[in-house]
Order: sequence, then structure tokens, then C-alpha cells
Amino acid sequence: MTRPILLQVEGITKAYPGVVANSDVSFAIREGEVHCLLGENGAGKSTMVKMIYGLVKPDSGQMQWKGAAYAPAAPRVARAAGVAMVFQHFSLFEALSVAENVALGMENPPPMKALAARIKSVSEDYGLPLDPARMVGDLSAGERQRVEIIRCLLQDPKLLIMDEPTSVLTPQEVEILFKTLRQLAAEGTAILYISHKLEEIRSLCDAATILRRGKVVGTADPKASTARELAEMMVGATLTPPERPAPKDWGGDHAALEVKGLSAPSPIPFGTSLKDVSFTVKRGEILGIAGVAGNGQDELLLALSGEIKSGAGQISATGVAVGGMGPAARRGIGFVMAPEDRLGHAAAPDMSLVENAFLTGGVRKGLVRNGFVDWDAARGFADEIIKTYGVRTPGSHVAARALSGGNLQKFVIGRELMQEPDVIVINQPTWGVDAAAAAAIRQAILDRAAAGAAVVVISQDLDELLEIADSFAVLNEGRLTGPRPVKGLTVDQIGLMMGGAHGMEVSHHAEA
Amino acid sequence: MLRLEKRPNPSQFWLYGTPVVAVVLTMIFGGMLFAAMGTNPFEVIRTIFWDPIFGEFAFYLRGQLLVKAGPLILIAIGLALGFKAGIWNIGAEGQYIMGAICGAAVGLAVYPTESRWIFPVMVLAGALGGWAWAMIPAILKTRFNTNEILVSLMLVYVAQTILAKASTGFLKNPEGMGFPGSRNFSSYPAAANPELIAGSGIHWGVVTALVVALVAWGLLARHIIGFQINLSGQAPRAARFHGVNPNRLVVLCMGISGGLAGLAGLFEVTGPGGQISIDFNVGYGFTAIIVAFLGRLHPIVIILAGILMALTYVGGEMASTNMGLPSAAIQVFQGMLLFFLLGVDVLTNYRIRIRTGGK
Repeated sequence: MTRPILLQVEGITKAYPGVVANSDVSFAIREGEVHCLLGENGAGKSTMVKMIYGLVKPDSGQMQWKGAAYAPAAPRVARAAGVAMVFQHFSLFEALSVAENVALGMENPPPMKALAARIKSVSEDYGLPLDPARMVGDLSAGERQRVEIIRCLLQDPKLLIMDEPTSVLTPQEVEILFKTLRQLAAEGTAILYISHKLEEIRSLCDAATILRRGKVVGTADPKASTARELAEMMVGATLTPPERPAPKDWGGDHAALEVKGLSAPSPIPFGTSLKDVSFTVKRGEILGIAGVAGNGQDELLLALSGEIKSGAGQISATGVAVGGMGPAARRGIGFVMAPEDRLGHAAAPDMSLVENAFLTGGVRKGLVRNGFVDWDAARGFADEIIKTYGVRTPGSHVAARALSGGNLQKFVIGRELMQEPDVIVINQPTWGVDAAAAAAIRQAILDRAAAGAAVVVISQDLDELLEIADSFAVLNEGRLTGPRPVKGLTVDQIGLMMGGAHGMEVSHHAEA
Repeated sequence: MLRLEKRPNPSQFWLYGTPVVAVVLTMIFGGMLFAAMGTNPFEVIRTIFWDPIFGEFAFYLRGQLLVKAGPLILIAIGLALGFKAGIWNIGAEGQYIMGAICGAAVGLAVYPTESRWIFPVMVLAGALGGWAWAMIPAILKTRFNTNEILVSLMLVYVAQTILAKASTGFLKNPEGMGFPGSRNFSSYPAAANPELIAGSGIHWGVVTALVVALVAWGLLARHIIGFQINLSGQAPRAARFHGVNPNRLVVLCMGISGGLAGLAGLFEVTGPGGQISIDFNVGYGFTAIIVAFLGRLHPIVIILAGILMALTYVGGEMASTNMGLPSAAIQVFQGMLLFFLLGVDVLTNYRIRIRTGGK
């Protein structure tokens, strides 16, 4: 490990109004090293790399690139030095071809034909086959990521930054990506890899810098540490795995939630229609629905919540056909839901927590009398949620948008669980939530199932689903695979259920 | 360099502070306008804002304030309910005209019958007329997803054409010796809307406006419909998640604002207006939009805003007759008020940070 230092970060501090994103952060990346920046959501990882890429200016501290002072004022400067970045959210034009998209990101694009040839050769060299003539709109998420990576590789970077690259990939696609990254590292390109997924980091990275609340709390050799050690450094607390109460027999095989042949066009532009989705969930059972984002998860939640109506018989909950009912009527029979988007969908950002508690709690908590809202009772309900679920807030009078993501999520999940539902559907229960809060949320879901509720959890976090679900299904292009018991499922089987490598060519395997 | 920075919570101070700042700014820039037109700005401002309440003719003008404020408040409250829900009825002027025509037509149809039921039935017909006129953009929006701003606005001009036709044609006074305009309601007691206390300016429309303001206040603060209106305006997706049917809310809000505008028109034509005539409408439907925003879309504050706006009407008329200012200058003055209000409004959700040396 005596490779020369490529990038040295020293005492970087960056503050935004009300929050210090980075405080006195120092670390070094060596040439050809896969270096991981590990931390929970909101730990300051993204801000850090944006400063390296020249998108954000640090308040204080300095960086050195190959020993010389480095302070990029714009991404253009960073790119010229040899820094390239693949963002978490792609910036591609769906209506243009791969080659055209790549050309748009270049300062001086070569003629289209020459560029297409280079894309082809580079993509094949790195085991990421890509047809330069295809429309981006026809590509899967994994293939779109390839476009972004190829775009970076054409610059021949010395440092490649990847921000949470695997959140859109199936396990098989992750394997292909990792082979490419290892190959790049072997050729001397340093990789700064941002993630909070511990297993990935342990298999890929040579060194890890761990951030918590904007500060470096430690460094680790990921290959020599256990996932648990890394997690505890990242969270700063001892983690207790969720407790599963012994399964109880709730009598008979009467399904609490039954979906039969549900098809619905998507109300979202470029959305995915639901195609013939069927499943049943018994009382006390948790069904986990996995899938890469954009495969119909949002649509499924809308159809289950009643925001998209369907044929009356297509959905029945607690024995009642609810397909034609709106959200309020469904809540009335004990069928509640928590959407993924906390601000704007599950909660109104500018409204107080009292009003947001009333938003879904009005029906079951009896907060409406003769059409008039009992705001005192609603305040009581909001305070109860805050107390029971440990929501950190100065009080129930504050606007929902003033809460951190994790706290608002605890509030939203708590609001639904406290209505003592018989059927509950949750989309992305712990998305963007810190590990401690995530553990609390998962425990609450398990407890509710143990109390006899049928639970559907839609999530892109496979570990989460495998931890809490009893049965497992995958949404793929609007279709749901038949649910299978979680016990005995292997990651490979799950990957195949998720559509394998989405038809992407697996050239590494061919080489091997 | 000035920079806007989003506040974590909306500022309660600026929510109600902005109207005051907007009024002061309007006075300053309006004064500059009047000075540029060669009049003494201080005298004009005093004529507009002071004289109607405390001046020589205040005994008469104070009543006029309520006469003007009544319809403004009535219309503005209906509009505010829709605006809060994100439903933009800009055509209250047309609904006001149609309410007046429908109500007046019912009264004139039974002329000269005397019965105490005639006026209540006319009131009902007025509300229905405004409601029906508002249903056109509402149904086009819910069925065909048309833009209610454009449709309701264009229907104002249709209503004005119908008004012209009514005053020269089907509602023309048969004993009017050929002059355009309907019979005058002041000489038809069963259908008239006189001052309830002589000299006070209070007629049934003013009473209705105050009652409606109180009801709307209760609706918004306590009733589930009020919650749904607020929610739909602030977070439409959360509203659907709550269980609001957006189409039903459009029909409800457009209906309420249309009905109230129709009522305002009916009270005006049977009271202060006196008769259906070509120029019977004086833009209350449009000015009420300013009143609604000046009143922070809050029914009680709208009462104050309505009175303030009435002041610029009454005082503005005084200023134009006494000081020879064109009425367009007064309209610019009123427009400035909305302009500054919306401009300063940014401070409710943002604060201004001054940054030196930034690029």
C-alpha cells in the first residue's frame, strides 16, 4: 500500500443555513484505490463529493491533487484535472440516442461516427456492452447507468466518483458493475465509492472513511471488518436486530388482503402500468415486494390506497370489496397505507403535525363530528404519535417540512400504525432514514403484524425485506411474480425474480 | 447582493405584515405617480384615505364605504375559498353580472305584483344565476381539463354582451321612453333592497357579506371541507391521499364563488345600482381578486381589506372629481396595491440575506 496519494482532503468544512454538512473532514485517496465514503443518509457524503467535483465550494479547508493545491471552481475544472462523477440520478435525454447523450456532455465532441466507435470499444473493454445507436428511453436503469459510466470513462479519468450506484441495480447487475470497477482500479484509476450498503463495500473497497453527522468518525479496512462493526461505526450506537415474536395462528386461511387480476394504467407520465397483479396476505403475515425503482411500485401503492380506482372485486380487504372505494372509505374498514414520498404525498409540507395527523387519522380516530373537525382531539392524536414513536420535534404545532426525513417518516408510519389497522401497505418504510430510526420503524411494523395485521411492505432495500418479510414477491415492469416464502430464498433466486440482468449482456462472465 | 433564503416555517409576522407594507409602498409610489401628473401627492393621498372617513363629507361617504365594501367582501370570500384550494376563478365579474340579470329578471317578470316572497325568490335566482355561470368553467375543467382561468375570464365578456342585450332588449323598461335600462327597483318596493338604516349604507348585501364572512371563517377553521380546501391548495397529492375528489372540490369551490358573486350582483342591482343598465357593473368582480389577496384569503381579514379597497374607490372618485385626476390613474393606484402585495408576499416564506463579495 505505498501507492502515491492522488487526492488529499484536509480539514474541509461546509455549512448550510441550519446545518453543518461537513466539519473538518480529512482523508486521502491513493492511485488505483477503491475508497469508500461510508455514512448514513445525511452524513455529508454527497456534499463532500460535490466539493471534489467543483459543484460546491467549501467554507474552509483545502484539497491537494497529486501534491498540488486543488480548488475547482466548476465541474469543468475538475474534469480537466481528471475527476469524473456518476450521479445517483441520471441526467440523460430519453428521446436521444446513447451516442448523442454522450456527445452532449463533452466540451468538444468528435464526429458522431468516431464517437460511436469509441463508445463501442471503450464499453467492450470494460465489460459494459452498449449499443451507441439505441434510444436512452428504451434502456433499463442499469443500462442507463452504463451510459453515464461510459461518458465518464471517455474522459480517461484519474478519479471516478460513484454516488450510490447500486440503488437502481439487480444483484446480477451489481456483480457486472463491480467487475468493471475492479478492472478500472487495476489499471490505476482511483474510485471514490459512496454507499451505505455494507456488504457491497466489504466486497469492493480497499479503504473506507466513515462519516457521521458531517464528521469523520473513523477509517477502516472494509475487508478486515465485519458488516456489524462498520454499521456501528456508521451509526455510533450498538444495533439490536429486530425481534420477531413467535408466529401466531390467526385462524383459518381467510385472507386479510386479496388482490386479483389488478390492472391499472399509470397516472404518472412515463409511469409503469400495473398488469394483472395478484396476491393475498393473511393476518399476521408480512409480504415484501421488491423491485428496481420505476417498475410499478408507486402505481401499486396508488391502486391499493384508492387514489387510482379499480374494479370493485380486484381488491378486497378484510372481506370487503374495496376496489371502487376512495382512500377515506378504505381507512374506514381498517385498510391504511403510507406512501413513499413523505413531503407532498404522505404529508402536507406546510401544514402542522396536528393537521397532518388528521390527514389520515380523521376517520378511524373519530376526529370528525357532524362534519366539524375536533382539533383538540387531533392535537392529542398528534402528540400521542410523537410520544409513542419518539419523533424529535419541538411540538405538534411545527410544519411537517421542519422535521428531518427520518423523524417525519417515523411520524407518518406511526400515524398509520396507531390507527390499529387490519391491513397496512407501506412503500419504502425506511428510505432516507438513519439506521436507528429504521430499526425502530421495522420493529413497529413487526409488532403490528404480530398483533394480527396483514402487512405489505414495498421496498428497494432487499436486506430490509429479507429481514422482516414472511413472503417475497417482485414487481418487474408492472407485473408481480408469485409470492414465495422468504425462508430458503437465495440472493441469486431473488436476482432472477427481479429480471436477472434485465437482458443486459454479461460479457465478464463470457470472458471468464 | 441580495439573496432569498427559504424560511423553515412561514413567518406569521410577515403573513399579516405584508398588507401594511404593501399599502405604504402603494402610497409612496402612487404619490410619485400623482406628483408626476402635476397634482399635490399629499393632498391626493389625504383625499383618498382620510377624507372619506374624517373629512367634511364623511357623514355621507362613510355609508358609501359600506355600499362599496359589501359586494367586494361577498365576492372576495367566495374567491378566497377557491384560491385557497388552487382553483382560480377569475371570472367573478361575469358571475356577478349574470346573478344580477337572473335575479332582476325574476323580479321584473312579476312586476308590479306586491308580495314579501318576491325579494327572497330574487335573491335565490341571483345566486343561482352566478352559480350556473361558474359551472361552465367548472364542468369544462372537470370533463375536458380546460383551464378555468381562461374560460371564466372569457365568460366575463360574454356576460357583458348579455348585459348589454338585457338593458337594451329583453329587460328594457317599457315605460323608459326608449332609454336603455330596466325599470328602477327603487320604485318597486317588493323587489327593492333599500338601506336598512337611513344614511348607514347598510343594505341586505352588506349584512349578507358579514354573515358569509363568519360562516366561511368557521368553515375554514373547523369544518372538514375547510381542511380539504386548504390541503388541496397546499399539497394536491396529499389531498388525494386524504381522500379529496379534486373534481368535486372544483365544482364546489367554483359553485360557491359563483353563487356569492351572483348574490352580490343581485343586491347591487336591486339596491345601490337601482336598475339593469349597460354600465351597471363597475368591476367589483375583478377588484375582489385584489381584496381576496389583500385579506390573506382569510374571511375576517377580507372584511378589513374590502373596506380599505372601498376607501380607494370612494376616495378615488373624490380625487378625480375634486382634483381632475383621470379615473385610469385611480385604477393604476389600485393595481399597484396588488402588485406590491404579491411582491412583498415573498417575505412570508423567504427572508432576504445580504451577501457581500459573493459571485
